This record gives sequence, structure tokens and C-alpha cells, in this order.
Amino acid sequence: MPAARERRGGRGPAAGRRRHRDRAGYLFLLPWFLGMLLVVIPFFASLYLAFTDYNLLNDPKWIGFENFREMFADPLYLQSLKVTFTYTFVSVPLSLAAALLVAMVLNRGVKGLPVYRAVFYLPSLLGASVAVVLLWREIFGREGIVNAFLGWFGVQGPSWTTDPDYALSMLIVLHVWTFGSPMVIFLAGLRQIPTMYYEAAAVDGASRWRQFRSITLPLLSPIIFFNLIQSLIASFQTFTQGFVMNNGSGGPANSTLFYNLYLYQQGFNQFHMGYASAMAWTLLIVIAVFTGLTFLSGKYWVHYDN
Amino acid sequence: MSINTASPRRAGKRERDDEAPIERFGSTRRSRFTRHLLLSLVGLVMMYPLLWMLSSSLKPNSLIFDDLRLWPTEWAPSNYADGWTALDYDFGVYFTNSLVIVVLSIIGNLFSCSLAAYGFARLDFTGRKLFFVLMLGTMMLPGHVLLVPQYILFSKLGWLNTYYPLLVPNFLATNAFFIFLMVQFMRSLPKELDDAARIDGCGPFRTFWKVIMPLCTPAFATTAIFTFISVWNEFFGPLIYLTDPELYTVPLALRQFVDSEGQSQWGQMFAMSVLSLAPIIGFFIAGQKYLVKGIATTGLK
Repeated sequence: MPAARERRGGRGPAAGRRRHRDRAGYLFLLPWFLGMLLVVIPFFASLYLAFTDYNLLNDPKWIGFENFREMFADPLYLQSLKVTFTYTFVSVPLSLAAALLVAMVLNRGVKGLPVYRAVFYLPSLLGASVAVVLLWREIFGREGIVNAFLGWFGVQGPSWTTDPDYALSMLIVLHVWTFGSPMVIFLAGLRQIPTMYYEAAAVDGASRWRQFRSITLPLLSPIIFFNLIQSLIASFQTFTQGFVMNNGSGGPANSTLFYNLYLYQQGFNQFHMGYASAMAWTLLIVIAVFTGLTFLSGKYWVHYDN
Repeated sequence: MSINTASPRRAGKRERDDEAPIERFGSTRRSRFTRHLLLSLVGLVMMYPLLWMLSSSLKPNSLIFDDLRLWPTEWAPSNYADGWTALDYDFGVYFTNSLVIVVLSIIGNLFSCSLAAYGFARLDFTGRKLFFVLMLGTMMLPGHVLLVPQYILFSKLGWLNTYYPLLVPNFLATNAFFIFLMVQFMRSLPKELDDAARIDGCGPFRTFWKVIMPLCTPAFATTAIFTFISVWNEFFGPLIYLTDPELYTVPLALRQFVDSEGQSQWGQMFAMSVLSLAPIIGFFIAGQKYLVKGIATTGLK
């Protein structure tokens, strides 16, 4: 079989069978091949456009690295970078920590696990919906329930939605609220760890913390790794939350101007398609670098059991 | 992607595991009680915003921010009737639009992804490995990189202000996550099934249609539910491609409640928000099993 596969082209019954076999495979993949045209061509087209000045009406004009130079001198661009980084580096660790913590509590065995799991998981399906972002604005509004709650403790809550210092933090809270999907993944992973490891550790007198450090963390590390990469990639691309917060403006005072929101403004409000493409590619590189760093660091903390 | 892949044979067993609490040694009654207390408290805090929204949708505007009790002291069910007709078109139009897009997207994803998945999982052809790697690569590719050229392409095709840009990609298996999910599932089916079908004279298409498809229902259910939720919630695509309010989906319509500067019709806004979330919550309750298994398999969100 492998020998037959090596030989390409050719005649005879083997080659005929292979062509027949290939045809069936390609037929099944036909929609996917067409779909890949919608992915591969735009992928390279946007790389080309990143080096042009293009507004949909005139032909793209090659301007070399001008878009990139402009970007790093553009205060709004730098602001969008800052907003997205702050959001990602605060909310991803917080939500993953919450997910792991709750998954561990659930995994210790509670009655009614499916109910708890459903309650914790549901918000993650709703978090990106316009309805929930609208709800968040009202909850955190000047007279919303969050400030009413703070009021019970004599704390005068800020005006979350209009104060540039606080607007992003309410979206971080929204992100943490959706910790359910990594939690379900953690829970599935925790269930794969044999209980006998913990029993043996307990017999040896290991404390809970020690068990967590020496059993749970290493055995769960591939899943932590996976969740971390997924969350980073998703979080860098946040859009709806920023858009709905302040009617697409990224306000108050650009404090929720997410990267993709600014990309949208540049590309689809002002039709700076070249600039938007340059932004898209820069973000792709940023994401690739962070994913790459996570992969590299994985050598030191991700433990594969083989 | 070495996440556990729930095979159907093991799936039966796991399911029972899932429902039954694992009683760990050394778990005293007090620690069990503390756990329940803690979990219920967290659950309550997480559910509170949603409950508050439901309650506010039934309150008169004047009470929403003044009376924070969940049980309305004064009822205003008219929020639903008024909210339904508050915008340019009534919400029946928006819900129909969303439903049309969602149903067609589900059909498209099931059709195109299952074909591709069967090709990858079961057929042998030149270049399969390369294509599979390419497919996995697109899974990690952030969609915004493709955005501008796709927009230009669709606008050149005259597809702006139509549903084609939202639907056609789904019929062309561009959602690699679902292909991956189905490939994982199909690989766990015994290969003897295909062999038996072939000996009985089935070609690959008959085998796919008669043998593999019926066994893949769980993977299809997962795909359908995830498609439903993500397409129902989708905001960005409709935002850039649809400008005619008659074509708006529910999320685009909801946003208009903020557009109108009046900003005092919270009751109506919450009423329509509740209606917009209800199908997701319904699907979630009906399909929880598939969702949980789906995200445990692929890490899909």
C-alpha cells in the first residue's frame, strides 16, 4: 500500500484505483475547497492591501510601509492597543482562575452537579450578545444595581458607564462572568485525573495545596494551556462589547476603543481599507507572537503524559 | 489538540459518570454543606443580572431603578407589546430575519462540514494530510484578517444588503471547528462499519449517507446548537453587510434602543432583550448534553 502511494501518475489498475479514490475524496471536499478560496485569497489580498492606500472607489495605490508608520504615530491606534491589552491581560487570567476554581469545587463531588454546571455555563453563551451588553450598561449605570449594592456598604459607586477610568472594568467583569466555557473544559479534564493519585498523596500526608501543586496542576496543564490560547485569541478580537457600550464610538473618552472596533471605524466608517488591512495584519502578528510565546513557555510548564 | 475526545462508546459511560457525584474520601457533611453554600452563592450572583432583566422587563419604567426588588410591585406587561412595535419595523420582522439566517446557516454547516469531515476522517486521497493541516490552520486564523477583502469581494458581487455574505460561507465549510468536531467523532466509529458497507457494494457516498450520517447525530446536534447560538448572537457580520432596516437581525434591532436618544424606554428594551435571549436559553436547556460534550471535545465556545 505505501509503495503504491509513492508512485504518482502512472497507468495500470493501481493508478486507476487511486484516481477513482482521489475523485471520491475531492468530491466530498468540494464545498470545503470552494470555501478555502474565500479564506486563502482574502488572506493574501489583505496582506497586499496593507501596503496600499485604498478607499473602495479608486484602485489601491502602493505606499509601502506608510500605513504601518502612520499607525504607530496615531494616538487612537495606540489607545486601542492599550485598551485591548489591558482588557486581555486582566480578564483572561481572572476568568481562567475563576473557571479552574469552580471546576475544582464541582469536581470534589456535589449533588446536583448538572444544575450547577448549567447555571455557571449559561452566561458564557450570552456574554457576547447585544442584549447582555445593554443589560450590563444598565446594571452598572449610575443608578444601577451594582451601585445600589455598593451603597449598602456606604460606598459611593462611580458612574461606570461614563467615567473613562471605570468603563473598561465593567466589561472585564462581563468577561469574567462568562467563565463557564473554560470551566466545562477544565471539569472534563479534572475528571480524567485518577482519584488514586490523590488517595496516595493523602496517605503520604500531602496537604490540599500540595496535592493541587503536584497533581492537579501538572496533569491539567495541557488543558490550561489550551484554554489560555483560546481565551487570548478570542479576547484580542473583542468587538461587540466595545461597540454596544457607547454606540460604536469606543467611549467614554476612547476608554473602550477595542482594537477591532477601531479597525471597524477605519475600514467601514471612513473606508480606509488599506489602513484597516494593515491593522488586521498587525493584530494577526501580535496574536501569533503571543500564541508562539505561550507555546514556547509551554515547554516549562505543560506536562504531557506519554 | 490533545483534549479528550469523547468516543461514542465511552460516551455512554461518561454520561452516567457525569450525573453521579463522585464522593471523595474525607468529604464530611460540613464540607459538603460549605461547598453547596459557596456554589449557590456564586450561582445566585451570576444569575442575578438575568433575573433582574426579566423582572425589569415587567416593571413600569419609573420603578426599574427605584425599586430593586426582583418581584415587581407593579406589573407592566405592556412593555412587551409596546417594545414589539417600538422600532421602524415590528420585532416580528427582525425575529423572522434572524430565524431565516439561523436555519439556513445550520443546514449549510451540517451539509458542508459533514461532507468535508467524512472526506478527512475516512477517505484516502492525495494531499489529505496537507489539506487537513490547512484546515486546522484556518481554525486558529482570526477572522478579522479576511474581513476587508471579503467585504470588497461581496460588494463587487453586489451582495451588500443581502444575506448571501452571512450564508454562503456556511455552505462552503468555512467553519473548521465543526469539521474538526465531526472528524473526531467519525474517527471514533468502528472502521468495520465502512468495510461491511463496502463489501455489500456501497460506494463512499452511500456509505456516508446510509451508515455514517445516522450514527453522527450527536455531533450534528452539537454543530446545530453551536451554530444556532453563534449565528443568533452574531453582530459584526450583519452590522457591516446589512444597512436596510428591513433586513436587520434581532441584535441589530436591539441596538437601536440605544440609538434613539430618548433612552427612557428601559422596560421595552429589556422586554425585547428577554425575548432575544429566550431562544438561546431554550436551546441551551434542550441541548445541554450536546453542548457540554461538544466543548469538552473541541474546546469550542
